[in-house]
Amino acid sequence: MTASTQVTASREEVAAIPRGKAATGPGRRRGSRLEHNPWTPWVFLAPYLVLFGVFVVLPALLGLWISLHSWDYTLPLKPFVGLENYISLFTPDSINYTDFWASMRATAIFTIFSVPLLLAIPLAVALMMNQKFPGRNFFRAVYFAPYVLGVAVIGVLWRYLLDSNIGLVNYYLGLIGLPDDTAWTTSTPAAWVALIGVTVWWTLGFNAVIYLAALQDIPGELYEAARVDGANAWQQFWNVTIPGLRPILMFVTLITLIASANMFGQSYLMTQGGPSRETRTAIYQITETGLRNFQMGDAAAMSYVLTLFLMVLSVVVFWLFRERKA
Amino acid sequence: MSRKIPPVRRRLLTVTAVGAATALALVGCSSPAANQASTQEFTGKYDGPAVELSYWNGFTGGDGPFMQQLVDEFMQEHDNITIKSNTIQWADYYQRLPAAVTAGEGPDVGVMHLDQLATNAARQVIVPIDDLAEALKLTEDDFTKEVWDAGVYKDQRYGIPLDVHSLAMYYNVDHFAKAGITEPPTDRASFEDALAKLQAAGFATPFWMPTRWPSHLINLSLLWQNGGEPYSEDGGKATFDSEAGVAALDWQRSIVDKGYSPKDVAIDSQYVAFKNGQTSITWDGIWQINDLTASGMPFATAPVPTIGDEPGVWANSHHFYLPRQAKPDENKVTAAKVFIAWMSEHSGDWAQSGMIPARLSVRDSGVLDGTVQEPIAEQIDNMRFLPPVPGVGTVQAETLEVAVANGVLGKSSPEDSLKTEAKKATQLLEKNLKSFGG
Repeated sequence: MTASTQVTASREEVAAIPRGKAATGPGRRRGSRLEHNPWTPWVFLAPYLVLFGVFVVLPALLGLWISLHSWDYTLPLKPFVGLENYISLFTPDSINYTDFWASMRATAIFTIFSVPLLLAIPLAVALMMNQKFPGRNFFRAVYFAPYVLGVAVIGVLWRYLLDSNIGLVNYYLGLIGLPDDTAWTTSTPAAWVALIGVTVWWTLGFNAVIYLAALQDIPGELYEAARVDGANAWQQFWNVTIPGLRPILMFVTLITLIASANMFGQSYLMTQGGPSRETRTAIYQITETGLRNFQMGDAAAMSYVLTLFLMVLSVVVFWLFRERKA
Repeated sequence: MSRKIPPVRRRLLTVTAVGAATALALVGCSSPAANQASTQEFTGKYDGPAVELSYWNGFTGGDGPFMQQLVDEFMQEHDNITIKSNTIQWADYYQRLPAAVTAGEGPDVGVMHLDQLATNAARQVIVPIDDLAEALKLTEDDFTKEVWDAGVYKDQRYGIPLDVHSLAMYYNVDHFAKAGITEPPTDRASFEDALAKLQAAGFATPFWMPTRWPSHLINLSLLWQNGGEPYSEDGGKATFDSEAGVAALDWQRSIVDKGYSPKDVAIDSQYVAFKNGQTSITWDGIWQINDLTASGMPFATAPVPTIGDEPGVWANSHHFYLPRQAKPDENKVTAAKVFIAWMSEHSGDWAQSGMIPARLSVRDSGVLDGTVQEPIAEQIDNMRFLPPVPGVGTVQAETLEVAVANGVLGKSSPEDSLKTEAKKATQLLEKNLKSFGG
């Protein structure tokens, strides 16, 4: 949700999500009088399959094909290089090695710090917005408002607000007697604080709305029963709210994780990947390599390595949230 | 739980940048078209049926309205040619143009920078237009040699120069008056003296040293002033880490160390600060003239002072080109050539946009008299350009810009940052030489 760009390949691992009951398909009831033609479900799926094939499977396969070539789409010759693009990503003295792994590190830093905040703060906001108080809808809208803005708007806006020499943020910090010379966009770790802070401000509304919907789904009787058993507010939260939210928590964790790992626009616009290349994320590096330097083979290989990491992460999330048999 | 999953899938299904590029690559596998430009002899006139030309440029700044004015004028004089302008930021422009041309969706005519011509010629995004230069009777002696030569790649001409634009020194006239500076500084001693006087007059930080754009252009200017060259002649090696380059970056950093500039000047803030009167001097491109004039602030321009041993300043040039077409339309090609010819002849009017006309004959016709850029135009012989090496623009953005930023920020010593990035630039240049076939 944070990223304006997502790798083709990252869709793949979504395809790996088990479909639960939906996947077993209709028409398998024993003793049914109507015997279904085995093609029937496929015909019903056809419209979606066409889109899925053209926009997901085909690009993913093409990406794999490109990653095996030295691919500059403007040049007539696109020599086949086998696994060379992948090997160079793991060879310390190649051109791409340092920058690629530095960008993976940047992505990891961003993800590790932004995901917990984007899970906890929206939950707190949702709990607050779930109370009954006058002006509730107004506040709900306020928290969601930044999410409506595009990354270009928030990027340019905050770039000027956070400017170390002419920005309002430092000006006000100075007025209240705090240090007013923090280089929010040109030094680390301040740049990370800025990027993560802006991203949380920007996207917390989306997660909050999902939490809010889930909170409203938790039956009131459960809270009632808990109160009858003498549970205090904290115990209610821990024993009723959290278990009630578990399915939605997994969904929120997963999309937040993927969105954070795909962060691009904020650092592109606010820090230009700087200082040096420290806030240049993996997607940023892939974009620079593939779309600006026209080394699409290398870029495709990088995408697949990133995808692999995301797939492993998704499996971990599924494992963490698995149904535990009591 | 499973019913909650579809929204994720839908989110991820959105067509994304990389996905779109892949799709473009799919369509764009066709072999390059034959040399469309020489199929019909160019006579200088277009009498065919009405055509509409799509015209791509990157004049997003104060220069945009003037280009549109010229286009309107052209259309008034040519009833059968309609020009549809498409203005895109330069940075995106060079990313989109090859994709569009490869997909057969490119423009009919366009403008690009001198340092991009070789790259796009090598990528067969643009086609040779030798016949046009001949028909226009354009010759080398009407242009600065480097500007004229940069339009040639592998013995064929790809670009018709429109203008030249360089870095310039802008200064706040009021600040200079208060500090008692009567003449704009011209060399290192007078420049540093001016900075000291400005500081004494109460302007604490008179010269903000940017870390990003246009800091690398300042660096290149100083490198040339110190007698260096950023790249080897064959384009296979980056030499911006030479003594000349290190001395240039050392001086840039010294502006911060001596307190003439605040630390950590983030992108664009030196320019905003200059407009706000927070700083007295800034070095930026002459394309900002109209923007500053419109802001109403009291400013004047002067050539970039000679900090090194000899005068020299980074410059670039806008060239007209014809893109490769999947299905060349003779009428459109001829009409596009008429457009380029007309523009070249009217480049004097273009001077109002703050640019300097590329043609000597136009410059000498008096169009620059009394303009803000007149003092800069007089220095045209000191202007230096990037060599016509394919891919040099992106290599520079990836390496030199980062090195200069690190040096000015003080993240690493000027020498170390330049050495590291030059090594990387050389690797990239070698890779380019290989893929472009030398």
